[in-house]
Amino acid sequence: MGATHLPSTEFDSTDIEDQLEAEAEARLGDPAVPMVQLLAPDGTLGSDPVFSEYAERLDPAKLRSFYADMAKIRRFDVEATALQRQGQLALWVPLTGQEAAQIGSGRASQPQDYIFPTYREHGVALTRNVDLAELLRQFRGVSNGGWNPKDTNFHLYTLVLAAQTPHAVGYAMGIQRDQKFAASAALADGTAGQATEPNAAVMVYFGDGASSEGDVHESMVFASSYKAPVVFFCQNNHWAISVPSSVQTRIPLANRAKGYGFPGIRVDGNDVIAVHAVTEWALERARQGEGPVLIEAFTYRVGAHTTADDPTKYRESAEEGRWRAKDPLERLEKYLRAEGLADDAFFEQVRADGDELAAYVRKTTHDLETPDIRTAFANTYVEAHPLVAEELAWFEEYSAGFVDEAEPADTEAAN
Amino acid sequence: MTTMTIAKAINEGLRATLNNNPRALLMGEDIGPLGGVYRVTDGLIGEFGADRVVDTPLAESGIIGTAIGLSLRGYLPICEIQFDGFVFPGFNQITTQLAKMHSRSNGNLTVPVVIRIPYGGGIGSIEHHSESPEALFAHTAGLRIITPSNPHDAYWMIQQAVDCQDPVIVFEPKRRYWLKGEVDTEAPGTSADPFKAHVLREGTDATVVVYGPLVPVALAAANAAAEDGRSVEVIDLRSISPIDFDTVTASVQKTGRLIVAHEAPTFGGIGGEIAARISERAFHSLEAPVIRVGGFHMPYPVAKVEEDYLPDIDRILEALDRALSY
Repeated sequence: MGATHLPSTEFDSTDIEDQLEAEAEARLGDPAVPMVQLLAPDGTLGSDPVFSEYAERLDPAKLRSFYADMAKIRRFDVEATALQRQGQLALWVPLTGQEAAQIGSGRASQPQDYIFPTYREHGVALTRNVDLAELLRQFRGVSNGGWNPKDTNFHLYTLVLAAQTPHAVGYAMGIQRDQKFAASAALADGTAGQATEPNAAVMVYFGDGASSEGDVHESMVFASSYKAPVVFFCQNNHWAISVPSSVQTRIPLANRAKGYGFPGIRVDGNDVIAVHAVTEWALERARQGEGPVLIEAFTYRVGAHTTADDPTKYRESAEEGRWRAKDPLERLEKYLRAEGLADDAFFEQVRADGDELAAYVRKTTHDLETPDIRTAFANTYVEAHPLVAEELAWFEEYSAGFVDEAEPADTEAAN
Repeated sequence: MTTMTIAKAINEGLRATLNNNPRALLMGEDIGPLGGVYRVTDGLIGEFGADRVVDTPLAESGIIGTAIGLSLRGYLPICEIQFDGFVFPGFNQITTQLAKMHSRSNGNLTVPVVIRIPYGGGIGSIEHHSESPEALFAHTAGLRIITPSNPHDAYWMIQQAVDCQDPVIVFEPKRRYWLKGEVDTEAPGTSADPFKAHVLREGTDATVVVYGPLVPVALAAANAAAEDGRSVEVIDLRSISPIDFDTVTASVQKTGRLIVAHEAPTFGGIGGEIAARISERAFHSLEAPVIRVGGFHMPYPVAKVEEDYLPDIDRILEALDRALSY
């Protein structure tokens, strides 16, 4: 205890240790605090007193499908980056390096759960069966959404950082109220005492940068106060564009949960088995009414923030190299091969499926139709609005004035 | 017909809404046992319980943000912002999220959130408790903004806001909360459309357009003008977004002169928008420039001098003189 410490009974020396750990982390890029890890970078499966049980539920087919999903989304990422470079997309937000964090958590969700992503959760989108070509609409500039969240319970991307976190908590508060409605209905028809319905939870994604936003704080206060069924899934990918995570926090992000009064867990975000286990645990707990959990997936954005970014300006390539050595796909491949759970034919098939997806995405992106601005007039309000109607009427009249000019000259010649 | 104050009328309107819509709920700071700092939600927690009258953590962004989430799950949240000047921590959620959700989802999602904001000055209060920020919200497409000026409208408009599928901000004229009037709780009558302006007093020499707290001021000014032989038409705008330009245009085509008064600063305000639209729609009817009466381009002044800032009867009459002598 230093002399500068506040005379608080709550404080012990762990905050100082945490700070040292954060500094070590910033220097080394290594997790220096307890972190749930089941699958080590060398492909060996370890154990955990709580989460091994969840890992044991995974049969070989499921493990192979985790690998297939991760490989598929990495191939998609390469394709989308290429499409941006060719001018087919205005911007792309790559996810390479974060496949395990996204596939592991997304695959732990159930269809009745509702997911609020930020804007890099292409892997989670895949696990929610969002058409990946639809996902590119936003980056091509033909839609601000692109898919109907009601079809997949996967919300639209939110670009204002952390703004989706209170939405998630509110949605979870809605599920709580639905459960009360269902409970009273059950009481009325004599089926009380059965399972909680709807047996659903909410998961919201954000990053280490967004964790500094006030909305994350307010959301965690609301979630804790009302014990809302929500899982906060923070992908600490170490860089908020050019600013390292040590500027966002001086303690491990997972530790913040303690201050709000719910569990916080750091998991190796490059270990798909551990991510899946921890997320499954947290979602089950939330569905059963035990309140929120903060998961910090400790991972790394191997590529640029977006295609407009240049990481060579702010970080050493050696750091990227250290993280490439912890690659989420490679370690699962090592494990699957070592255990004899997948052979060359499997990995060959995964590559072929990836190429097929890439071809589909490329073709569909080229074919995405530019919308008519009239749809923007139509969707500004749900109900009729006189100003919108007036401006649309003007636009129609104005546009009509160009009809003759728009006729190609040779049409006239042909007449 | 029942006589009640505006505060009581909103309270009754909220009660009716909670009774009629099982998925409606109130959210805000101190709205539970206290009944809100203005007692607008008085007694409702006792009748509907803490799940439907929710005392929230003290966080405006959290209130609006969680309301958006609740609405996505099919609920009808009615949020209370304690004072006008305290809406700004929630401004991001209102303008970047709430206003755009329907549009950015290509019409797939609706977020029928209602936000109640007591606004305006004249109560001798301290900083941030007397502001009129309505133009900031009117500038944002996707929102609807209404403001009642009497108990009957207050009773019906809060319910109409909840029924509307778009997000609606209800600006409540806080210095008129204790204004009494007749309320017909059986039928809205001429108040059936919350987005339509009302001609409160007919006249032939000039039109005065006001809303919310300045409605009684404009009516008093029209009375005073009548003693000088001037016939002034008074319009209660009621809706700030959309604005019922048809009613204002028809009036100006008759009177030829227009004065718009509001407590908010004139620069970039609703009065400027009305002046511009009316100059386009009724240019040849205008006998004088449209004159705006409003707050000055300064932060809302300290309470001891707010009388010099707020438009009053004399300032409306002075504007009338200018319009008539042009």
